[in-house]
Amino acid sequence: MQKKYSSLFILSLALFAKAAIAQETIYPAGPQQGTTAITHATVHVGNGTVITDATVVFEKGKITAVGAGVAIPANATLVDATGKQVYPGLILSNSYLGLKEVANGVRGSNDLVEIGENNASIRSLVSYNTDSKIINVLRANGILLAHVAPEGELIDGQSSVVQLDAWNYEDAAYKSDIGQFIELPSFIVRTRGRGFMRSAATADPIKEAMAKVETIKKFFTEAKAYLQEKNHVANNLKFEAIRPLFEGKQKLFVRANEVKQILIAIELGKQFDVKVVIVGGAESFQIAPILASNNIPVILDQQHALPSTEDDDIDQPYKLPAQLSKAGVLVSISDMSENTKQRNLAFNAGTAATYGLTKEEALSTITLNSAKILGIDDITGSIETGKDANVIISEGDILDMRGNQLIKAYIQGRDVSLDNKQKQLYERYKHKYKIK
Amino acid sequence: MKRIFLWLTLISIGVTSSAQESFPVNGVRDIRAGLYAFINATIVQTPTTKIEKGILLIKQGKIIAVGTSVVVPKDAVVVDCKEKYIYPSFVDAYTDYGVGTPKRPSGGFNYGAPAQFVSNKAGAYNWNQAIKPEVNAFEAFAPDETAASGFRNNGFGTVFTHIKDGIARGTGAVVTLSTEDAHQALIRTKAAAVYSFEKGSSTQSYPSSLMGSIALLRQTYLDAKWYQNKPATEGTNLSLEAFNATQSLPQIFAADDKWSTLRANRIGAEFGVQYILKGGDNGYQRIDELAKTKASFILGVDFPIAMDVEDPNDARFVSLADMKHWELAPTNLAAFEKANIPFSISVSEMKESKNFFTNLRKAIAAGLSETKALEALTKTPATQIGVYDQVGSLETGKWANFIITTEPVFASNAKIIENWVQGKKYEVNESEWSSFAGKYKVTISNAGVTTDYSLEIKKDLSANIIGVDTLMAKVTVNDALVKLSFPSKKGKGAEQIRLGGIIMGNSWAGTGLDAAGNKTTWAATYVSNVAQVAEKKKENDSTKALAKVTYPFVGFGNETIPSQETILIKNATVWTSEKDGVLNNTDVLIKAGKILKVGKGLSETSAKIIDGTGKHLSAGIIDEHSHIAALSINEGAQSVTSEVRIGDNMNPEDINIYRQLSGGVTTSHILHGSANTIGGQTQLMKLRWGATDEGLKFAGADPFIKFALGENVKRTTSANNNRFPDTRMGVEEVLNDAFDRAVDYQKAMKANSNTRRDLELDALVEIMNKKRFITCHSYVQPEITYAMRIGDKYGFTFNTFTHILEGYKVADKMLAHGSSASTFSDWFMYKQEVVDAIAYNAAIMQKVGLNVCINSDDAEMARRLNQEAGKIVKYGGVSEEEALKMVTINPAKALHVADKVGSIKVGKDADLVLWSDNPLSIYAKSLYTIVDGVVYFDRTKDEEMHKAVAAERARLIQKMLGEKKAGAPTRPATASLQTILNCGDHEHADGMATIYENEKN
Repeated sequence: MQKKYSSLFILSLALFAKAAIAQETIYPAGPQQGTTAITHATVHVGNGTVITDATVVFEKGKITAVGAGVAIPANATLVDATGKQVYPGLILSNSYLGLKEVANGVRGSNDLVEIGENNASIRSLVSYNTDSKIINVLRANGILLAHVAPEGELIDGQSSVVQLDAWNYEDAAYKSDIGQFIELPSFIVRTRGRGFMRSAATADPIKEAMAKVETIKKFFTEAKAYLQEKNHVANNLKFEAIRPLFEGKQKLFVRANEVKQILIAIELGKQFDVKVVIVGGAESFQIAPILASNNIPVILDQQHALPSTEDDDIDQPYKLPAQLSKAGVLVSISDMSENTKQRNLAFNAGTAATYGLTKEEALSTITLNSAKILGIDDITGSIETGKDANVIISEGDILDMRGNQLIKAYIQGRDVSLDNKQKQLYERYKHKYKIK
Repeated sequence: MKRIFLWLTLISIGVTSSAQESFPVNGVRDIRAGLYAFINATIVQTPTTKIEKGILLIKQGKIIAVGTSVVVPKDAVVVDCKEKYIYPSFVDAYTDYGVGTPKRPSGGFNYGAPAQFVSNKAGAYNWNQAIKPEVNAFEAFAPDETAASGFRNNGFGTVFTHIKDGIARGTGAVVTLSTEDAHQALIRTKAAAVYSFEKGSSTQSYPSSLMGSIALLRQTYLDAKWYQNKPATEGTNLSLEAFNATQSLPQIFAADDKWSTLRANRIGAEFGVQYILKGGDNGYQRIDELAKTKASFILGVDFPIAMDVEDPNDARFVSLADMKHWELAPTNLAAFEKANIPFSISVSEMKESKNFFTNLRKAIAAGLSETKALEALTKTPATQIGVYDQVGSLETGKWANFIITTEPVFASNAKIIENWVQGKKYEVNESEWSSFAGKYKVTISNAGVTTDYSLEIKKDLSANIIGVDTLMAKVTVNDALVKLSFPSKKGKGAEQIRLGGIIMGNSWAGTGLDAAGNKTTWAATYVSNVAQVAEKKKENDSTKALAKVTYPFVGFGNETIPSQETILIKNATVWTSEKDGVLNNTDVLIKAGKILKVGKGLSETSAKIIDGTGKHLSAGIIDEHSHIAALSINEGAQSVTSEVRIGDNMNPEDINIYRQLSGGVTTSHILHGSANTIGGQTQLMKLRWGATDEGLKFAGADPFIKFALGENVKRTTSANNNRFPDTRMGVEEVLNDAFDRAVDYQKAMKANSNTRRDLELDALVEIMNKKRFITCHSYVQPEITYAMRIGDKYGFTFNTFTHILEGYKVADKMLAHGSSASTFSDWFMYKQEVVDAIAYNAAIMQKVGLNVCINSDDAEMARRLNQEAGKIVKYGGVSEEEALKMVTINPAKALHVADKVGSIKVGKDADLVLWSDNPLSIYAKSLYTIVDGVVYFDRTKDEEMHKAVAAERARLIQKMLGEKKAGAPTRPATASLQTILNCGDHEHADGMATIYENEKN
């Protein structure tokens, strides 16, 4: 054990030595040149299968061959991954990456929440800051793609998927404007409460909540009617903004944790014939069969949370992915932690593996399942021929902090830097204290 | 009957003429003796003395004789109380009758709000607005007929009243519920002094927390004592004068909850005061501890009503504890009786006082004896407020305060007919004097033609009249006047026959109108009884099994607190956190709470064997920075609050104790928050699930205090901060000034025994004398450095820097200063001062030679501190063994308890965790968590508990649904919210049914 880690340490030293440069000079990688072949790897495909002593070949950013005994093109750059683990690049399926840099106390760094109840037309992509100091930190932990969404009061706006090695948001765009986000009000009767969920002492919280739902439904109904006609005296950007939703080109991501919220989301989907994804889903285990039978997937964004109630099983949030998965619900795990900034995505999946999923199922919740839910599984989410070469190589089991140590990461075949500000500060102070 | 009617008029005249002698009379004087004899009554003189066919003689508002052979004077008005009962009227020892209570501003501590630093009460009063011992309720008292009749209708005749406002509330008075004349009603002016933990209407910022209230009260006791020597610097302080002057009165503390009463009692013990404790309805949950207080209690009977739990989604958020309490609250008084704790019963805080008797009967059905109930309503409260010589029993010389009832007062159908206060009659259910139930013959004469009917009247005056048809009749009795109406025939639109008349014993007579509107005369004569339908005997609830009291009183509590065992863990991989390192295939024997042996092939015949094959054993995790298990965390109203103590407000029922045991945590350092530069005194605790607040405390540990620097203490997120400091420069000066004051204070204390003792400065002097140690919330390098320089200047060490995310920048300085570091593994960018936070921080500091701990500061992450330690291997390549030390022996060292906990070593406390896997792995689960040799967490048992909790919830939900079906009132299912406390520093994933400390109202 001891030995293994000391060798790891030496390896990371080597990496840092190469990249002892300021964050501002960590360059996005250029397009893949030639052919790359990762050899002798244990490949975790992302779809549940594991191939040992396998080769992964990619060219022009696309995977051209995967498997044991695959022929290696003559001119390929070889990456020997003997004893290493190869995974699809991890996907952060719900985030505010690039929209909010410093969580508290610095209003100027916060571009996450817009004013107003209905912001259907705003787009997260245009505010995505590729120079965020957080992005490089996530990349070093294997997160190569992120779904970036705005937050708001009721109708939040449109989300996009970005790749995490780019000069600007146009470069970063991996799939633009894939979803519309909405929030649902709380249906829990509280005599006291927190923030926007606090119900006024005299008001009827259920009635208030239903009025909000009605606002959403009215907007959808009127938009649907509006969109039947091409010519309008006054154009309506908000109505126009949800055209892709009704055309099936976008999904409706509903932030919902309570059972009643989730039921309303399902009903919204049916009534307006739109594809619904539940985001949050803390209480979803209670209606897992209903979610399954309606083909509603769930993005869990708070795996490391306390149980909802005092009487809940103490490990309820930890076993939630397994409960949903066993019921046949398509589950993705995200991580909305403000404190760790999503860098622990893989460990969230690791917890799911400790509490009921197999390790490969857990891996799917942060790779292929996420790609499916985001509608990008045709191009990523697993290590399969024809897909983008979004691949990471780790020293050991990426789901466990004991094995998670990234050696290489490729986005669309590009050999991306794993350096970041934190590693550079580490180098700076190792230098100060003469630490080896 | 007729006679009763006449008295009424007489009495009301008598009342108006009983004004004060000193008052001028406008008219002809009319003085009356008020001499009445109540004869033939069953007189319950005291709870244990009953006189059958007794006579009660009263004069001028007082009892002048009571007994069976009392000679009734000729000039007495005689009241025949045959088949009636007379009781002393009740006494309530805790009300605000006739004085009013100011409204309390809502909300708790608010980071953002501008602060009010001193009292805004004009005059020579206390610095703090919540300390108002100078307030006297008798000065504000004015009789209030609406409120008084509410009390009287429930049988009360005398109440203690005070202004329910503030921490030291001043004195209350004893008044009767006679409302004609305040002079007569006020029977004792300063009867008792009252205290609470609630600052009430005070608009002052301090105190903003429970522990702040306690500290303020403690300081007030000290100040009052100091003031006795008339310190010139203080001038005249009317509050402290009053505080001292009222100490000889009975002292009542309004506490309202089991832990709160224990807390109040401890303050009393500290200052030699035995409070009368006004408790809540949950004392039964810790009755043994309450008995130990030796206090007398004032208790309510406002039991919760069932919730409407028909919708499972609503029911889900109601806690088992709340549902169990709903079922068990009526047993509260019986539990007090059984534990021999004296108590009185108060009606004053009932939301619906009309339920008073219903609830009292519920309490009796749940085991409270009727004798005790009566005592708790008469003698005990009268004694508590020092007026048993005046009221509380029917004895010669006492006030004529009594009630006349139809049945023994606690019988289910008993009615109070009249409530006499100081010799004045107040009607409650006057019509209950006589029962009109019976069969009557009614004859109506109309121009010589008579028609006979048969009339059947029930006890509640519902009636049927039988002529050609049987029809419903309406009977209304108003003293001696009677009205009777009924339809002339069956069917809709039938004309009414209306009769009115007078009652003369068994025959009634009068005039009326027939269906056609013709004048009639009528008479009714009593014929016979109506056969009474026997009242359905209510099913006896007490035969059914009720919820069990568990320790603590939450879903995952135990009926009996688990005890120490002798345990032999065999063949485990033992992570000693000592020089021995990690030992393979090793046995550990624990006995009497200590680690007895560590070795191979151990045996112990009496021991419970746990097979550790393939498993890992480590010392219990120690969390250096936590905020669980307390009721308040931040006293943020001032920049220096070293007088407040987390240990004053522990909450041993926080479910997070159990949840963290499941993550292997055995010792936790509960810190004050980071709202101010010098925060409060911390509390080290062991996670003894089921212990009392005091039982959680880590005995013999060095005391610590929380300091904080940076954004939080300068209120960065507030747009309108007016509290010094607003910059890091100011923060440094707050420290400098505080210790500068402490130096002078220490000198003054030595030089002059009359120096005012200041609890705030006491704590700082302890720091300078190395009797108290600092754990300091800090982030960026300059503040870390200047804190150490302040320490150097005043001769102490900053023991631990917590958070310390830029510790890596000044690790060499920290090493030189001698500090420990307690940090997060990988947090960053949650605020401006952590933009340079790096995951390699712990590794760098460890390599520089610092004692490094990984802490949680988060109730969720505390369950995974082993994994957080694991990340220090990932980020910076610290060895696994050293990484685990960061959550075991290193925090033990930082907290000065390394001789007791933190490693697996013979002689140390048996605080152990058996893990399913390498403890640094994401796949590791704790299987057993042991504290002091007691297994507080057992994963197998936990699985069983999940089922038991679900089953008990289901039972209680069914029972509540049953109540609703049976027509009992219900309230909407309301989420049982867990209060979440933290230092206000960063985000938490706390689950849905939670509320933050500052949002509680």
